[in-house]
Amino acid sequence: MGREVVLRIEDLHVVFNVLKAKLKVVDGVSLTAHSGERLGLVGESSCGKTTCGRCIVRLVQPTSGQILFASKRLGENIDVANPEGRKWYEAKREIQMIFQNPGASLNPVFTIGTQFMTALRYARPEAINDRGIRRRVVEALKEVQLPDPERILKSYPFQLSGGMNQRVSIAMALAVEPELLIADEPTTALDVTVQNQILELLYALVKRKRTSVLYITHNLGVIREIADTVYVMYAGTIVEHGNPREIFSNPLHPYTQGLMEAIPKLAAGGFSKGIPGSIPNYSEPPSGCRFHPRCSKQMQICVEERPSFVEVSEDHKVACFLL
Amino acid sequence: MTARYLPQTLRGFQTERFKEGYSKFTRNPFSVIGLSLVLLVIFLAIFAPFVTPYPEHAGSYVNFKEINKPPSWKHLFGTDLVGRDVFSRVIFAYRYSLLLAITVLSLVVPPGVLLGLLAGYYHGTWIDYTIMRITDIFLAVPPLILALAVTSVLGPSMLNAMMAVCLMWWPWYVRLVYGLVSSLRNEYYVHATAVIGASNFHILWREILPNCVSSIFTKMSLDVGWVIMLAAALSFVGLGAQAPTPDLGTMISDGATFLPDLWWMSMFPSIGVLIIVLGFNLLGDGLRDLFALEEI
Amino acid sequence: MSMLKFLSKRLALSILALFGLSILIFVIARILPGDPARMALSPRAPDWAVEHLREQMGFDKPIYAQYYYWLTNALRGNLGDSLYTRRPVVEDIKQFIPATVELVLFAAIIMTVFGILFGALAGRYRDTWLDNSVRSLAYIGVCTPAFVFGLMFILLFSYKLGVLPTAGRMTPGVLKPPTITGLLSLDALITGNFAALGDVLKHILLPALSLALGGMGQESRLTRASISDNLRKEYIASARGFGIPNPLIMLKFLLKPSLIPTVSILGLDIAVLFSNAFLVELVFNWPGFSKYGINAMLRKDLNALSAVVLMLGVVFVIANIMVDVTVAWLDPRIRLEAEKQK
Repeated sequence: MGREVVLRIEDLHVVFNVLKAKLKVVDGVSLTAHSGERLGLVGESSCGKTTCGRCIVRLVQPTSGQILFASKRLGENIDVANPEGRKWYEAKREIQMIFQNPGASLNPVFTIGTQFMTALRYARPEAINDRGIRRRVVEALKEVQLPDPERILKSYPFQLSGGMNQRVSIAMALAVEPELLIADEPTTALDVTVQNQILELLYALVKRKRTSVLYITHNLGVIREIADTVYVMYAGTIVEHGNPREIFSNPLHPYTQGLMEAIPKLAAGGFSKGIPGSIPNYSEPPSGCRFHPRCSKQMQICVEERPSFVEVSEDHKVACFLL
Repeated sequence: MTARYLPQTLRGFQTERFKEGYSKFTRNPFSVIGLSLVLLVIFLAIFAPFVTPYPEHAGSYVNFKEINKPPSWKHLFGTDLVGRDVFSRVIFAYRYSLLLAITVLSLVVPPGVLLGLLAGYYHGTWIDYTIMRITDIFLAVPPLILALAVTSVLGPSMLNAMMAVCLMWWPWYVRLVYGLVSSLRNEYYVHATAVIGASNFHILWREILPNCVSSIFTKMSLDVGWVIMLAAALSFVGLGAQAPTPDLGTMISDGATFLPDLWWMSMFPSIGVLIIVLGFNLLGDGLRDLFALEEI
Repeated sequence: MSMLKFLSKRLALSILALFGLSILIFVIARILPGDPARMALSPRAPDWAVEHLREQMGFDKPIYAQYYYWLTNALRGNLGDSLYTRRPVVEDIKQFIPATVELVLFAAIIMTVFGILFGALAGRYRDTWLDNSVRSLAYIGVCTPAFVFGLMFILLFSYKLGVLPTAGRMTPGVLKPPTITGLLSLDALITGNFAALGDVLKHILLPALSLALGGMGQESRLTRASISDNLRKEYIASARGFGIPNPLIMLKFLLKPSLIPTVSILGLDIAVLFSNAFLVELVFNWPGFSKYGINAMLRKDLNALSAVVLMLGVVFVIANIMVDVTVAWLDPRIRLEAEKQK
């Protein structure tokens, strides 16, 4: 894992205008990913993590902030939010995304073969000739452990199960050999039995290809297994980040602590403790620290100001006034 | 749907939902325009005798001194070929059209909905099969043709035109409700009510039907526009209302022969048709957006 | 083959519908009060003449017998004689139907091509002035009856501007092309008679346009909604992410799934064109099938009436089947689902 930065998000803000309200779903998120790193972005549903991911591939236009992508292959930095001219056109192939909904990235009225081969033809035109494309596709499908790739090529997405569709999506995303992969809850919509397989598959593939990964999920267990760095997100802000082992064994932010306690422990009595309250209304978010209404250790300053990051150790930073 | 809340809570809850719905509806300017047009049309239709300057012109009235006069302050839309005030006739024609639409829908909607409920609820049985096959056959018939044929064979009159339109319209409601009920009957609350021991009738009437109401209602308001347009087409051809009844289609047809000189005789009724159809369509679309429906 | 099974099922249902329709019309026509034979001759015709005609027309036999004769004749291509033109209805049809077919064909092409085009543009450039104008115009198109459009166009283009003719298929005096297909435009094209072609096109423009606007409005609304929805789908974003050039995405990967709802109602819309053709034919004095049909209806010319209704039913069925085929081709889920259900 190199120390060169491949992705840096600085002070990202995303405001959605819905009907008459302005929803401030992402409120000052900063993130750094290094080359070859597996970065986990974790938080509960609707905390804004998916939106962040979508900003990186320009599915969502950020309201302000910078997303800097340093491409080794292209040899330069590109601001994803405001790219210059053709730079994004070249760069976008280096950032691929896998979506939560298994069939989402597959066009329902074309066969897998058509889609996959078209994708490869344009994504890596210099790398392969026409005859090689089909071979490459079959190889890619084999890599994700899909049986009978020939049949898959002729199939439509609706004829395959969710797990198979997700494998195809992964195959397509990785066949392009991107430098950065964004995986947005790729296993959430799948059966539990399949989840593990997909995760292991993903893990092995990115390790072999040395792709940098931003793994977005609400499942802490997954992060602990596969992430080198974790960012804990709450209500559009990052509250704690660093090494997963550090953070999970020694959570310092009250929210992270709450998350840890919310995980049912098999060996210790069974029932888990929830975090009181509910996620804030994004059109009128709490002032200061966004977690303060639910925090048992709330102080006056928490209501007034947004805490900045305190470096507890090299691998552990927390945004909380308690420190 | 019909939970047992305390009366006060239920009332408050319903007022809240109504207010939400109201603000959502009014957010779209077109829906508001539609609603206003519809209300205007209804108002004009109901109060026609009081609103029009020459209510007697709506019947058999001739005044050869005033024939073919262009629009003026005395006759806003001009006069027609026997001296009747076009404006008054258009307003009375609205009354007629609305009456027609209401009658058709009252005749068509209850049986259509009932059949749809039965077919959907007893999905997969012979009841379903028979009802839907008959419906499909009616649906496979080209719509206007059936109306034309029936009207022509029975003789041109508004009554026959109405019957023809009814014959052609009811299958759509069956199909709409059938689709809704087929999916709704698998909902958990239906199963739950059945488990408690509710009769089939209760389930259909109190659980499933209320959930169909918004779709039915939306379709009805859209349909008023379509029925009126269909009636105008029939009258235009001569198969609908007969003289001297004021009817938009007939007026357009009569006036068409005098184009372009006496343009007002067909132009104003045409605009009249456009306004009423536009109004109901906009309203229907607004309702569809409000209830977030996709089935229509 | 699944496609074949799918089609034959639809065909069977449609034929059943046609039967039902023919029976309905037949029965209604025969039950009506009034005596068609007398009406055909005149109120003052001698009774024996009326009786004779009635026998000739078969009106004295019981209804099911009449229907049987009619049906067997029809299947053999004999639809009886018109009470008014006094010649076989089939002849009448052959004379009048090309005009209507040509009109509907032009209208259908205008409706489909421009409806989809405008709808796609509106969907692509959502919420711009282009989108808003397309939507407003589409709405007005949908809400205005075809004959109103016809009248307005005549007023504007023929009278005020004097650019286009008001009636008929060709200007009297212009050489009519020899009848090959009966479609004047095609005939003129085939024989290379471009003067005639120009004249024909001038005459068909307004009627076809009036006829097409309603359907065009429908199609463009559906296409717009569909395109604008699918544009935001993840698979389009993925396609972009792979670097697939935008034109290819728009014209192939976006268009195909988006056309499905549009094409689904295209069949109904084209059939509606045939129904609404009579309105336009009336306004523009177009010597077509619908006008013949209307006259048959107004005069209670039973054979002609039944034949017209049947023909229109057949056209409806054909249009629907063609649409079903296209939809099944566009959306593989439909043709494969149909097979799964078997």
